[in-house]
Amino acid sequence: MSGHSTYQPKTGIERWLDARLPIVRLMHDSAVSYPVPRNLNLLWTFGGILVFMLVAQIITGVILAMHYTPNATMAFNSVEHIMRDVNFGWLLRYLHSNGASMFFVAVYVHIFRGMYYGSYKAPREVLWILGVIIFLLMMATAFMGYVLPWGQMSFWGATVITNLFSALPVIGETIVTFLWGGYSVDNPTLNRFFSLHFLLPFMIAGVVVLHIWALHHVGQNNPTGVEVKDVKKDTVPFTPYATIKDLFGMVCFMLVFAWFVFYQPNFMGHADNYIPANPASTPAHIVPEWYFLPFYAILRAIPDKLGGVLAMGGAIVILAFLPWIDTSKVKSMTYRPIARQFFWMFVLVCIGLGYLGAMPADEPYVTISRILTVLYFGFFLALALIGIFERPAPLPTSIADSVLGGSGARLGHATASEPQAKG
Amino acid sequence: MAHATDTTGTEPTRRDFLMLTTGAFGAVGAAALLVPLVGQLAPDAQVVAAGAPIELDLTPIAEGQAIKLFWRGKLIFVRNRTKKEIDEAKAVDVATLRDPQTDEQRTKAGHERYLVVYGNCTHLGCVPLGNAAGEPKGEFDGWFCPCHGSHYDSSGRIRKGPAPLNLPVPPYAFTADTKIKIG
Repeated sequence: MSGHSTYQPKTGIERWLDARLPIVRLMHDSAVSYPVPRNLNLLWTFGGILVFMLVAQIITGVILAMHYTPNATMAFNSVEHIMRDVNFGWLLRYLHSNGASMFFVAVYVHIFRGMYYGSYKAPREVLWILGVIIFLLMMATAFMGYVLPWGQMSFWGATVITNLFSALPVIGETIVTFLWGGYSVDNPTLNRFFSLHFLLPFMIAGVVVLHIWALHHVGQNNPTGVEVKDVKKDTVPFTPYATIKDLFGMVCFMLVFAWFVFYQPNFMGHADNYIPANPASTPAHIVPEWYFLPFYAILRAIPDKLGGVLAMGGAIVILAFLPWIDTSKVKSMTYRPIARQFFWMFVLVCIGLGYLGAMPADEPYVTISRILTVLYFGFFLALALIGIFERPAPLPTSIADSVLGGSGARLGHATASEPQAKG
Repeated sequence: MAHATDTTGTEPTRRDFLMLTTGAFGAVGAAALLVPLVGQLAPDAQVVAAGAPIELDLTPIAEGQAIKLFWRGKLIFVRNRTKKEIDEAKAVDVATLRDPQTDEQRTKAGHERYLVVYGNCTHLGCVPLGNAAGEPKGEFDGWFCPCHGSHYDSSGRIRKGPAPLNLPVPPYAFTADTKIKIG
């Protein structure tokens, strides 16, 4: 997408730096003059929101680490110390714990947006796969962070999730012992989780750089899924257009975030986690954080231990293969009447699984979980089949036409998405 | 520089030899480095040392009662079973079990009253309910795991639910009529 640079160093210092390290040129080309499709809707602001959340989590997290003690006998009390004694500790911890939830809210909107508008299709496959990797790293980070307060949910969440690996044949038990550093979840486990919880966000930041690099190389998708054909007509410069739109989305998102932090800070948590970890007693009803519930429901739906673990892992990994599962050449579901209905059904299935994941492992929940698990994977099968017989609606001839109400001449549905070779 | 001209032939040069041997040494060295980097994850000397055998007096455990204790950081249930529970455990057709084991294999001869098992569900490690009075014991008078709904019978064998295996029996021996040594 990046054409030749339009950056003009104005002062002597800028020219001097530009000749030695063209960092200002890089920033200018990727955040000021970078062309964005002129028809982006507010769903495209979630990428910026996610960057904001990552930075917010790193800042609050580094500060919390200054007051937290990663030791099984002291961790719980040090978190209470943060809440009661540390100046603004309550605020920083609530920002961090609710920030994790808001991070996942944003990432799920971002993923569903990508699925609806076909943002995973050529030439954006690598961009999409990097996104799935970020999602996996986020899950690992969030899980380990939830263990750190060393409450009952922390302890039993850690026990259940690490035990998932024991389902693997032959090497499973050894892997679990190596994860624990002992024969059960204990102090060595807490210490290594703290270390990794600190490390992983920076790995996420690294993959985010690759994700943005890939994005800026191939250019953004847009609500029509029609590629940019004429940079002059179809795009606008990132600044001020996308910058101000991203900021608007971010501020709206922060309002919701602030409402949780200041009015319902424990809404997305569990009361049981305010009871110190007790290895002799499991809470009557253990559930993971809400953002893991759909996958937890899939795990419980399968009546076999290894099968459950594989289905849960598969539910996430299958996303990475979406570019090759979906056989349709039309990107945006706006022009795919059948696929669109399946998409919304898939959203409902995910929400349903989330609800079932929070319910006890009894009937009728188990049977419904099984049906929804089949539907979850069925969606991917459906995407593979629908593309073969579905007759898409006519695509606009260009982004500019879709916005300015151009001729809207009919295009063959397959030819409308020929790859754009932009230098 | 004189050698540069004759590298076009198929004959390996001294430079090829140096490249290969350096690469091989580097690979072996990197692999060797993995041993400490991964090995530090395993249980350390302190954790292993804490696994020394422990003695337990069974007399305070009344019939129908069960207690919990820790050995090597792992939870262990010791249950003094009622006559009914023992009979139920023995009456099961072993061939119908998911993890076939007789009650005799899971207890010590002459001490069938006492059942000693690890107290973490073999599914994902939760602590099954059924020790204290009033807790649900599942459909088979043993234990019920509240996390994912596994039922264990009065011999600690898996009967229903997602868990694949029976609650394992830790290594232990009777040192006296009502004394055991775990480990």
